[in-house]
Amino acid sequence: MAVTQVFGARVRRREDPRLIRGTATYTDDLTLHGLCHAVFVRSPHAHARIRRIDTSRAKSAPGVVAVLTGADLEGKVNSIPCGWQVPNCDLKTPPHPPLARDKVRYVGDAVAVVVAESRAQAHDAAAAVEVDYEVLPAVVDMEAALRSATLVHDDVPQNRVLLWSVKGGDFEAAAREPGVRVVRQRLVNQRLIPNAMEPRAAVAHYNPGSGELTLWVTSQNPHIARVILSGVLGLPEHKLRVIAPEVGGGFGSKIPVYPEEAVVSHLAVRLGRPVKWVESRRENYLGTIHGRDHVTDAEMAVRPDGTVTGLRVRTLANFGAYLSTAAPAIPTILYGLVLSGPYRIPNIDCEVTGVFTNTTPTDAYRGAGRPEATYVLERMMDLAARELGLDPAEIRRRNLIPKDQFPYTVATGITYDSGDYARALDRALELFDYRRARADQEAARRQGRYLGIGLSTYVEICGAGPSKVVGSTGFSGGLWESAVVRFSPTGKVTVFTGTSPHGQGEETTFAQIVAQELGVPLDDVEVLHGDTDSILMGWGTYGSRTTPVGGTAVYLAAQKVKEKAARIAAHQLEVSADDLVFENGRFHVRGAPDRGMTIQEVSLQAYLAWNLPEGMEPGLEGQANWDPSNFVFPFGTHVCLVEVDPETGQVRILRYVAVDDCGRVINPLIVDGQVHGGIVQGVAQALWEFAQYDQAGNLLTGTMSDYAVPKAAWFPKFECDRTETPTPVNPLGVKGVGETGTIAATPCVVNAVMDALSPFGVRHVDMPLLPERVWRAIRQSKGGSAA
Amino acid sequence: MIPATFEYVRAKSVREAVSLLQQHGGRAKLLAGGHSLLPLMKLRLSQPEVLIDLGPVEELRGVREEGSSVVIGAMTTHDELASSPLVRERVPLLAECAAQIGDVQVRNRGTLGGSLAHADPAADYPAAVLVLDAQMECEGPAGARTVPVSQWFVDMLTTALRPDEVLCRVRVPAQTRGQGWSYTKLPHPASGYSLLGVACLLSVDGGTVREARVAITGVGPKALRLPKVEQALAGKPADEASFAEAAKLASDGLDATDDLYASAEYKRHLAAVYTKRGLLRALERVRQ
Repeated sequence: MAVTQVFGARVRRREDPRLIRGTATYTDDLTLHGLCHAVFVRSPHAHARIRRIDTSRAKSAPGVVAVLTGADLEGKVNSIPCGWQVPNCDLKTPPHPPLARDKVRYVGDAVAVVVAESRAQAHDAAAAVEVDYEVLPAVVDMEAALRSATLVHDDVPQNRVLLWSVKGGDFEAAAREPGVRVVRQRLVNQRLIPNAMEPRAAVAHYNPGSGELTLWVTSQNPHIARVILSGVLGLPEHKLRVIAPEVGGGFGSKIPVYPEEAVVSHLAVRLGRPVKWVESRRENYLGTIHGRDHVTDAEMAVRPDGTVTGLRVRTLANFGAYLSTAAPAIPTILYGLVLSGPYRIPNIDCEVTGVFTNTTPTDAYRGAGRPEATYVLERMMDLAARELGLDPAEIRRRNLIPKDQFPYTVATGITYDSGDYARALDRALELFDYRRARADQEAARRQGRYLGIGLSTYVEICGAGPSKVVGSTGFSGGLWESAVVRFSPTGKVTVFTGTSPHGQGEETTFAQIVAQELGVPLDDVEVLHGDTDSILMGWGTYGSRTTPVGGTAVYLAAQKVKEKAARIAAHQLEVSADDLVFENGRFHVRGAPDRGMTIQEVSLQAYLAWNLPEGMEPGLEGQANWDPSNFVFPFGTHVCLVEVDPETGQVRILRYVAVDDCGRVINPLIVDGQVHGGIVQGVAQALWEFAQYDQAGNLLTGTMSDYAVPKAAWFPKFECDRTETPTPVNPLGVKGVGETGTIAATPCVVNAVMDALSPFGVRHVDMPLLPERVWRAIRQSKGGSAA
Repeated sequence: MIPATFEYVRAKSVREAVSLLQQHGGRAKLLAGGHSLLPLMKLRLSQPEVLIDLGPVEELRGVREEGSSVVIGAMTTHDELASSPLVRERVPLLAECAAQIGDVQVRNRGTLGGSLAHADPAADYPAAVLVLDAQMECEGPAGARTVPVSQWFVDMLTTALRPDEVLCRVRVPAQTRGQGWSYTKLPHPASGYSLLGVACLLSVDGGTVREARVAITGVGPKALRLPKVEQALAGKPADEASFAEAAKLASDGLDATDDLYASAEYKRHLAAVYTKRGLLRALERVRQ
């Protein structure tokens, strides 16, 4: 039963066969006896007073079991709370009723729910619910909303959700320094729709005998959902079980607890029948959170030698119509605090104004705040380089935090644990053959071809995190993780994790950690997740924390198992535990390899309990809770080559090189996959994706035929490499990699396109860089007549 | 995303489909590949009470040669067209156009007849069939009739097809030997429809354009031939300079509509760029 090195091996994802073959069980695949179906009636207006709701026609429609409005939920289902009360920013937390009462605040706001025997009947009846609306003016644009007499929430003046700031050093002084130039740019980071492949869904089942409610829900964090829903429903936590079965992607959009889940849970209790709700794609676009949506005025102070001495940022962040679960943290601590990136910038001044508008609420979307910060920083670095006539690679090199200065505390107060940023930059430039590429670019320009080279150097702050620290930022929870590693009598291993992977592949990587530590075959390890009844606690999968935090808990639990197994083996082999060697899953006496027992034999003995050390409990399992001492800080450099067609403005990506450092790598195949997916999503923001509202608050990009989700054929083969700087924060030395691609890719591509357009004197174009926008920029530029 | 209730009938023949249309009047819709109709029904923007599926009608399938024409059954899928050796040999423009429609799944289900009868202003085929001078063969209660393509596209989503008729076949004159062709499009990044598509057929005699036919789709309410461009090309040298000059006329007075991805002004600009490029591509093939 010899085991080879599995930590670091390119093991294929064990999740994939069931996903590819369609044998995975998603929430919508569940069928229960007596199941009925809920459909929500949604507002077609962005802002309107509800005068009257007439449900009589709907109630008498065929198959209808119940029709409920907000009034019916009064005192039964509480307001949906916000889970991240960021302090010192005058945060406003207006109520978020599960079904709108007096007013609707965005197109898609739910006003009623219809339950029927079939989903189709529920849809038909939903169309028969008559709502009398008094349409109100809508606020859509953030700057207009701040000045408008129209208030999304009557008790939130100026529609201002929060005013948050972070300051380190003295930007004004840095800007006044003789010789320093201040580069300024307004940058729009447009609103995006997360587009998880599986829309949201919920199935609730109430057992009147036990008084227990079970909710299957598309969640990235079922334990958090349980805590919140317990409060929303007034149901004691031990009577509420939340299960996230197979979840088809989230990208942050399945972190929040949404009204529909609460309403469906209540319906199951109220009706005494299980209830299912499955979101349509159209509803997903309207009712599931959106991401990004910032407008930023940035100023960068830079000395003539390229040393960046200051960054001042004024950002408007669109919160939409309600505060989603983690929303306040996204444009504040996850954005402002990370603005220094991988650079030494002694003076940083960031002020963020959060704004309510009559649009879909926003929250975490892959990267959550960090892509927005990196976009600002990396665009400004390029603009500064251009101002000074410096090469973009050179200005970055001059400002990177040197590797001998870690731990390094940036001006915003965060301490980076480790890094070798220059090494990743060098490796990326080498892979890209940067010097040669610049020469090729010159030659191409002489032939009238417009090639552009873009760089993006980033550090991501992830792996949240020290619970004490996140608590101080207003998060209403901890961010540690728990794990159980349990042997069965026959020597098979079951791992329970509090994280809730939904496409990231941790069923494979966690099995690799355990197989490595316990010396058991990979296939003998099962990894279970997503059920509040199966494990103490879990804070979920998001923010690239699953492996650094949850994986460490798994590792520590495996250590505990190994320690106990060693004590049993020592006892049965009649030696001291210190005299045992553990090798390839077998304990043997040092110097006497024949005298030994496998860990499976030990497991059997642990369960038989015929001959255990005095006072030892039977069984073989380990439980560990891990609360990290710091965040982790993956970093890297991405470089890409684009070509712009000056006649049409079309952009084509010719090459894409990514060098990422996520510490020690458990499974290179999975890391590559995460990086690839991240790049694709990041590039999509740069070139194609945008959510667009009209002035009345109608979502114009409301279907997948309007909103451009990227397609594989639009990309070249990615050239990925890594440097490996283990983090000292956890014993595995691992950092997160789920968001690095998204963070790096967006500015990388925009920088490349702006580089291609530099002969025209084009300085900046806002995303997405649609052909028309690029064409207009060329045409309006001084060199535009050439095209 | 669930359609309203409807009745579903499978027609076995064109005659049966016509009589079902007569029987149900405006309450019925014909179902071909379903790629336009079903999404509208799912959004409940279209709520036909009866859906007449043409899927089982054998006589609407297949591609055959008749004299100097290629006759294509209306239920022929985009993929069948794109990969048909006969179409690729005799009307390669149509094959090139079909190959650029949507994605693999769309090409496996969507049909030539469905697309032409629906007349989406951003569909690809209209530009190709316009330059090919196709004949649309329809059948109704009064029997068969043929509509020249020049009279087919009436307005956005409106054709010369009568409510009780079925579009059965498209008769396409084969391209002549030596004729160059091209279909070039700027696809909508989300839907794959044409933000703009240009079809060109080019006959060249000793370095001089004998005849050029150019049509454009996607920019306005319906696809159009570009007679000013065509006339400007006739008798001119077949080279980039005269193509560029004539292509400018493509933008002239072009009825273009704004959408989220491309303004009317941009589309008019692209019309000239794509016309020039399309002609150059066609010219390469003349020389092949």
